[in-house]
Amino acid sequence: MSELIRLDHIVKSFDDTMVLNGIDLSVAENEFVTLLGPSGCGKTTTLRIIGGFEKPDEGRVWFDGKDITDLPANQRHLNTVFQNYALFPHMTVGENIAFGLRVKNKTEQYIKDKIKYALKLVNLDGFQNRRIDQMSGGQQQRIAMARAIVNEPRVLLLDEPLGALDLKLRQEMQYELVRLKKELGITFLYITHDQEEALTMSDKVVVMNEGYIQQQGTPEEIYDEPVNAFVADFIGDSNILDGVMTAERVVKIDGTEYPCIDGTEQGFPPKRRVDVVIRPEDIDIVPYGQGQWNGTIISKLFIGVHYEMLVQSEDGSVEWLLQNYDQHDVGEKIGMKVDPENIQIMHKPKSEAESAIELDI
Amino acid sequence: MASKKRFAVPFIIWIIAGTVIPLASIAYYGFSSRSGGFTFANIMAMFQHDHMQALGLSLLLAVISTVICLILAFPMAMILRESKWGKQGFLIFVIILPMWMNFLLRTMAWQVLLERQGVINAVITAMGLPRQELMNTPGAIVLGMVYDFLPFMILPIYNTVSKIDNHLIEAAYDLGASKAMTYAKVIIPLSVPGIVSGITMVFIPALTTFVISNMLGGGKINLIGNIIEQEFTVNSNWYLGSGLSLVMMVFIIASMLLLQKFDKTGGQNLI
Amino acid sequence: MKKTLGNIYIVIIMLFLYLPILTLIALSFNEAKSMSVWTGFSLRWYEELFGSKLMMSAIANTFSIAILAALIATVVGTMAVLGMAAMKPRHENMLMAFNNIPMLNADIVTGIALMLFFLMIHWPRGYMSILFAHTTFCIPYVILSVKPRLNMNTDRLFEAALDLGASEKYAFRKIVIPELKPGIMTGFLLSFTMSVDDFIITYFTRGAGINTISTLIYSQVKVGIRPSMFALSTIIFLVALVVLIIVNVRQKREDMLLAAGA
Repeated sequence: MSELIRLDHIVKSFDDTMVLNGIDLSVAENEFVTLLGPSGCGKTTTLRIIGGFEKPDEGRVWFDGKDITDLPANQRHLNTVFQNYALFPHMTVGENIAFGLRVKNKTEQYIKDKIKYALKLVNLDGFQNRRIDQMSGGQQQRIAMARAIVNEPRVLLLDEPLGALDLKLRQEMQYELVRLKKELGITFLYITHDQEEALTMSDKVVVMNEGYIQQQGTPEEIYDEPVNAFVADFIGDSNILDGVMTAERVVKIDGTEYPCIDGTEQGFPPKRRVDVVIRPEDIDIVPYGQGQWNGTIISKLFIGVHYEMLVQSEDGSVEWLLQNYDQHDVGEKIGMKVDPENIQIMHKPKSEAESAIELDI
Repeated sequence: MASKKRFAVPFIIWIIAGTVIPLASIAYYGFSSRSGGFTFANIMAMFQHDHMQALGLSLLLAVISTVICLILAFPMAMILRESKWGKQGFLIFVIILPMWMNFLLRTMAWQVLLERQGVINAVITAMGLPRQELMNTPGAIVLGMVYDFLPFMILPIYNTVSKIDNHLIEAAYDLGASKAMTYAKVIIPLSVPGIVSGITMVFIPALTTFVISNMLGGGKINLIGNIIEQEFTVNSNWYLGSGLSLVMMVFIIASMLLLQKFDKTGGQNLI
Repeated sequence: MKKTLGNIYIVIIMLFLYLPILTLIALSFNEAKSMSVWTGFSLRWYEELFGSKLMMSAIANTFSIAILAALIATVVGTMAVLGMAAMKPRHENMLMAFNNIPMLNADIVTGIALMLFFLMIHWPRGYMSILFAHTTFCIPYVILSVKPRLNMNTDRLFEAALDLGASEKYAFRKIVIPELKPGIMTGFLLSFTMSVDDFIITYFTRGAGINTISTLIYSQVKVGIRPSMFALSTIIFLVALVVLIIVNVRQKREDMLLAAGA
């Protein structure tokens, strides 16, 4: 796969607030890349810089080998599906879709065919004469897609396109988007704060926080091997525990020494204080005294498929979050067991802000 | 950004020529004597007996009319809020309609009703009672003010009370508040922005009017507006007229500042 | 019980608002000049009204000034809204404060201020000075009607148009102006109404020999009320009634269309 978009050390601030602190990003042809992060992390600004709506203070934007940093938005070969869609309220569905084509002086016959094709693609056949305010949120979302794709962009930028929809519709649209991407065979650059959306659809997930890229990789990599506590916490539920390396490849957590797979080579020499991430579903419940840790169940919630439990350690210093298919009662004393490959050792941040700076160096 | 700063140039020029310089010229004339020198005489002239009397009467009549309008308008706004006719806009329509008639003609209508040979006196004498002197009294002026300005009090108050969420009122009852408590603690505090813009829209024209007092006061009752008008149109003494206007503006600004203390929204409900 | 009280109250207020107007309408058809004795049905006061050259020219002045003032104010005001959007909030707020002055100020002060301005620069008072004064007090209404339409959403739609390849000019014409249009229309109509209705500012800024409907009414009423004024009242009331009904019906129809579409 060849590289289509590259960001070279993009820096951007608004007034005195630093929004992007040197973003390097590469997007390959036909890839589905998601920028994931909490609001204010800089993901939207990154997208707006690629779309041509903001100019970076420093750094360059490359598109298909050409520097497009100074190219205005209306001359870039990419289109955006805006947050809340930005559909023109005084035009019909068909006129909205035709807008980009009219600008390019396409023939009316061509425009007519394109509208028909695009509406079919987004399952809104025959809706071209409707008014925008007659369409539901889900339908508006599809129209925004149709309006963008008739221009045959090489990249589609999607700014939280599902954010305004309810949960069920959002899940349906996720499948739709993946199908559309397959049919169109173009690159998607997607923005969301919803980790589930990011993990289900993307080829590559880029986790951002406070203007830095925290980690990028496949959804599996991001989920299984978060590089720091922020990513671990942001992607799914997890136990983030204080630990200390007591010997080579041995970590002590909650009073128990435990072999792990990280050591000096990975930057975790003995005596180093570390953060340890253990996913709640990776903790097995065993009879009391037969696991590595013991504790008492202090609360239990049934959430659909499984139970979620809080377990207090024997000395009361740690609360563990567990997810398990079996039912156990509150007050029950249990043992807990974790496989070594499910223990993720991470550098301890001095503070959250500083952790990001450390990573950047 | 869809816009360019230079689009505002004609507007800025218009502000300077139409607002800034004219207001500055009031200040200039107000502090100048006929010979062109600086003087406080035009300002101090407000302390002359008939000027003080006119200002005092203006303030009194304006306050009375504003209070009457408020007392009449608030129940009306609440009734409109609950009535199905109010929701369908019919009653609002009926209240707006008189506003569209020229206010000189509306004032003239009361002249027709109140005059010695007018309609009310015709009814009174038909009943065998003696003719009443209704015109040319402060009461007639207050009546004219209330009549002319009442819609300007009803509409802003209705605008705010109609937006009060019914759940808030129900919540107050649910929490055990009596009807009076609900009004005092929920409805009235929430309608303050409307009340404030209503008061502004009634008090200031009432304080500064010269038309109503001229038409219903028969030229015998002088308000501060009449004095200023006469300085400009009859006596051609812009210096004195401007000086008195400056003093009147102090009262206008003071009343606005006072009202703004009650209203945090800052006059957003004026139109 | 509560309902009945409410209805009685509405009736009282309505009588208060409408009895004087209905009296004028009735008297406009009275044969006699009397304000209290009915002598028979007649249209003579309407004939007198329409026969008056003064009144006809006042009507012409009123409407031509209102249309011109509203047009100029709409153009200047709309451009101002667009211009201010590009400014720093501090500068925008300062301009808006100035913008609010003619709206909040007492009409008599605005009137004499403009009168002094015309005297100072030796601008002869007449048609043009009235037009200038009316435009001055109309601009704020246009700005207050148009400004709320230009918001984050307009910016986003403008960007969406650029994203689809439109030039800035094209996006402005096809997207921004249509977005502002309802505000522009409201501003124009509001200006027109304020101008037709104005008396006080016109009174101070007009010269001798030119009248609008308002100033003519004032000078005639001062001399002595003639029943032709009642005829004028009736006509203005009916025109207002018809216009408001048309506006209301159109509004209702739009609301119903919206409700049907939802």
